[in-house]
Amino acid sequence: MAEPIVKVRNLTKSFGDLLVLDDVSFDVQKGEFLCIVGPTGCGKTTFLNSLTKLYNIDSGSITINGKDIDLRQNNIAYVFQEYSAMEWLTVEQNIMYGLKIKHVDKDIIRQRVENVMEIVGLTKYRNFYPRQLSASMLQRVVIARAFAVEPELLLMDEPYGQLDLQLKYHLEDELIKLWQKTGTTVIFITHNIEEAVYLSDRILVLTNKPTKIKKSIPNNLPRPRKISDPEFVKLRNEVTDLIKWW
Amino acid sequence: MSRKAVIECKHVSKTFYTLSGDHLVVDDLNFTVYENEFVVLFGPGQCGKTTVLNLITGLELPTKGEIIVAGEKVTGPSPKRGMVYQTTNLFMWYNVMKNVEFGPSVRGISKKERRKKAQHYIDLVGLTGFEKHYPVQLSGGMQQRVGIARAYCNEPDIICMDEPFGHLDAQTRYLMEKEVERISSQEKRTVVFVTNNVEEAIYLADRIILLRNLPTSVKKEYTVDLPRPRNYVSPEFLALREEITRDMDPTL
Repeated sequence: MAEPIVKVRNLTKSFGDLLVLDDVSFDVQKGEFLCIVGPTGCGKTTFLNSLTKLYNIDSGSITINGKDIDLRQNNIAYVFQEYSAMEWLTVEQNIMYGLKIKHVDKDIIRQRVENVMEIVGLTKYRNFYPRQLSASMLQRVVIARAFAVEPELLLMDEPYGQLDLQLKYHLEDELIKLWQKTGTTVIFITHNIEEAVYLSDRILVLTNKPTKIKKSIPNNLPRPRKISDPEFVKLRNEVTDLIKWW
Repeated sequence: MSRKAVIECKHVSKTFYTLSGDHLVVDDLNFTVYENEFVVLFGPGQCGKTTVLNLITGLELPTKGEIIVAGEKVTGPSPKRGMVYQTTNLFMWYNVMKNVEFGPSVRGISKKERRKKAQHYIDLVGLTGFEKHYPVQLSGGMQQRVGIARAYCNEPDIICMDEPFGHLDAQTRYLMEKEVERISSQEKRTVVFVTNNVEEAIYLADRIILLRNLPTSVKKEYTVDLPRPRNYVSPEFLALREEITRDMDPTL
């Protein structure tokens, strides 16, 4: 097996007396779509923010391609739950933004931006401003912006939380298409077990605080997946049983 | 035995007149809700669902047509039509008890009697022991329980719920759906529940009314006769979910 792109070892983080992450270790393979699920309030977002050292960690190490993670050196993209398109930029300018600050060659910028806009169906809306777009369009802009930088690692924190289910699956199909075309490594955090089974190559199930990894479950269901497929339901039930508190 | 109609929407249309033009939001909407029925109004995001609820409760008036609730034409808001809001709209400066007894206290019911009533509904929604807490001290799910108790406590003819769990995470949502199911089986009421979540709709509804995208009207109805409590992953549940998703207008 190839050397994993991301290695997390003994990650520990507390806020004051509250231990949030307790000695977490795992690997992510290149091009893998990893979903992280856990019970409500288990510290998923802290997990993500510690992983990228947006928070200072107490101990442990995180490496990308064998080197300590460094937000200035590594090419990492984020998609947050809240829509984070920049209001004063058009759709196209939003998508270009990351590439511009990285001083990527103009021709390459043009080519990549056209390409991702095409995949998520934003070409027609390139000159629109965020306020002129619906919620689903806005989230597409942010996702396109993240893929345009061709990140080594893409982190997504519940990006489809507020959308209706039909729309959610439509956007998730687009996400899978982008991921398959680009080969990006994705870590996707969600509360929604069905979503994790729909998207992932592997599911990391977290425990309640202090957070540890309860189980790592490979997901080899053939794509495109169907929510009513008995194998799908079986995996969904397996993950639900590990998390269920309600 | 014929069922008693509690809500009758007859050829209801609603246009909003604005400087940027006229917006037809509801176009010839017709449906009936029967006594003690749990009806879910289901439709894509921004299809006009909330406007329909506002018309039923009398917060908005129709441009055309009429709505009859418990035999009376709706001409404005009334305590006979209770509402649970997505954003909870609790009184932040009142504790749980005062929030729940608000309706009866405005109607001049004696303190002793309304406290007894309020305590009954606080117990029903599982908030016993939190009577003196203020909304900011409660989690999102608990705040929504207060909203539900407040609506029940006023003993309205109908209770309308406008995406009450829209802001909750997927797991807390399952818990609250279970709670609504338990509450509505213990205390039978006529409930109109709005959601854009098809799982939630099938889990809760006696009947689902699928709405069209803007301008909205009834596209299709489904009677859900799966046994309760329902299993989200049973083949029948998933088949109905796929059927409704197929029939639904896209949001895009």
